Amino acid sequence: MNQTSTIPDFVSRKSFIEVDGRKRAQSLFDEGTWKELVGPFDRMESPWLPLQGVAPQFDDGCIVIKGKIGGMAAVAIALEGAFQGGSIGEVSGAKMAAALDLATKDSVAGKRTAAILLLETGGVRLQEANLGLAAVAEVISSVLALRPHAPVITLIAGTVGCFGGMSLAAGVSSYVVMTREARLGLNGPEVIEQESGIDEFDSSDRALIWAIHGGEQRVGMGLADALVEDDAEKIKATIREYVQADLLPEYRSQQVELYRDRITALDTSAQIDPISLRREWNNTTTGGLR
Amino acid sequence: MSEHIGLRGRVWFEALTGNNQPVSGDPGTVLASNSQIGDEIALFLCVVPNPSSRFPCVRDGQVGLEEAFTLAHHLRRVIAEDREKPRAQKRTVIAIVDVKSQAYGRREETAGIFFAAAASSDAYASARMAGHPVISLVAGQAFSGGFLTHGYQANRILSFDDSGIVIHAMHKEAAARITRRSVDELEELGHQIAPMSYDVHDYARLGLLYKLLHVDDPQNPTAADVEAIKHELIGAIQDARRGATDLSNRLQSDAAKQTRKAGIAVRAALEAQWQNA
Amino acid sequence: MEQIEFDYPAAKRRITKKAHIGVVGSGDMEVLMEPAQSEGAHVSITTSVDGFQRSWKAVFDRFFSKFDGAVRIRINDAGATPGSVMLRLEQAVEVISQ
Repeated sequence: MNQTSTIPDFVSRKSFIEVDGRKRAQSLFDEGTWKELVGPFDRMESPWLPLQGVAPQFDDGCIVIKGKIGGMAAVAIALEGAFQGGSIGEVSGAKMAAALDLATKDSVAGKRTAAILLLETGGVRLQEANLGLAAVAEVISSVLALRPHAPVITLIAGTVGCFGGMSLAAGVSSYVVMTREARLGLNGPEVIEQESGIDEFDSSDRALIWAIHGGEQRVGMGLADALVEDDAEKIKATIREYVQADLLPEYRSQQVELYRDRITALDTSAQIDPISLRREWNNTTTGGLR
Repeated sequence: MSEHIGLRGRVWFEALTGNNQPVSGDPGTVLASNSQIGDEIALFLCVVPNPSSRFPCVRDGQVGLEEAFTLAHHLRRVIAEDREKPRAQKRTVIAIVDVKSQAYGRREETAGIFFAAAASSDAYASARMAGHPVISLVAGQAFSGGFLTHGYQANRILSFDDSGIVIHAMHKEAAARITRRSVDELEELGHQIAPMSYDVHDYARLGLLYKLLHVDDPQNPTAADVEAIKHELIGAIQDARRGATDLSNRLQSDAAKQTRKAGIAVRAALEAQWQNA
Repeated sequence: MEQIEFDYPAAKRRITKKAHIGVVGSGDMEVLMEPAQSEGAHVSITTSVDGFQRSWKAVFDRFFSKFDGAVRIRINDAGATPGSVMLRLEQAVEVISQ
């Protein structure tokens, strides 16, 4: 009825987070260049979930896609947040670590292969407890082995966020890209309330949660590199930039003295105000293209 | 058991290094010492409780912001000092682990404890990958994010074998609550499903440990106990120097081949398909 | 958790494509649909929710009253309603019919 010129941007925009992990990962690649590895038809499921009465998933909630991004070799590893909260189990964790290790092998041999981790996860899968935790330790190690040879880009897009052990994998990545809808932290609000009481963290306080863990805050305080809209094209373009980026001599999680001094300077007599912290920490010394 | 968290860490740090005070400039929650073991000097690191920490949520032996960055600071210094040395001369790092968990606090989340923990894991893993033998001795508890921050990047993990040892992703009470099981049921389940177990002997079945060690009374070690543990640590250091600098050894033990066979199979499948993609 | 198996020997039309649809999220399921290796169609279901064999049977009887492909169907289920089961099956058929 109206003229086309008045149709706002978001009508034609394609949402990234409304599709599942597999489609998100696929959408990052140059058309016709990608292939899924150890997909659902290989049926490599968790051996531990059925023992505890829980239906497994054919891909264990971890999707590995190899192909080209901006003409360069890349592998995307996505956790499906709708399956067991995107949790890391033995199989999903091994898939992630193995894909990173293979990217490292190719990169060291001269074929630089970037990795994109699409993290939508609450952390370790409770039903696989110690094997999940061990897998997280291995994923962290594998990210660090690849990072000097090719970019490792963590993308946290959806509303599950990235919590628990996998937040460390985000922390050691070359770059972290987030949407406003995404959150990043070690302990979720419910866990803190449970462990330390409602006075420490009121998990029903939505504003507080976003102020602390939200994408805008994490980028604003320099612990993530780019804030992107929930727009498949824009996310694809941002990821492509980082895939093509030059390697840096030092990444954020190696800047120990800078951050140790910042922690030393914190006034801990009361809770820390997120906005003030953002102002104090906002800096251009961290890696990033912006 | 919970009232003893961190005590064993301190006891063993002192027994192995002769020191029990933090380095000047460090928080009271981190003990670091360059001390003799066998015929070399190693960097020993331990996180201990400090009831007067300025961060309330680490006072019982949790690993928080200051702890993570202080560990990383000591590790980065060793890496830098030994950068030009051949692998055989890279200083050994020994993490004595007795940590309740990561800190569950708002201050910590606000200031990015995920990133602090990442920086410490990075430093431990970087030391290992640079060729430093990195050995963890689990003397008490090793829980979730606390263990990821302090000790889980080691290339050899040793643990005492008594009932005071707990290596796990989640506290028993929290796990029971979330899985809607009683603590008793959870313990029973653990014996059937090894990764769920709170018993270190079941943990050993996962194939992640280099060795289980026995000390009659780990909270009050005798001189002979300390000598025996030193001997084991030296053996682990020598083995680490000979081995790979990645974590592949955690998949190669007989126990791992049995318990982690799904993970091993998925790795093999991915490698096979990777070539043709 | 339950394992349920069904055979539909009358479904003999040859199928060449395969499909994977869905996620094992709460109240949802995933289905793999592939060409059958033997005569007829065969269905294997792994479900977290016990005691619904008859509902599953009713859904598949209805599905195979209209569909005659010799398919191997595998399902992981976390409590999908009969309506969503049918929807997932139809989505899978759409993919293998392309």
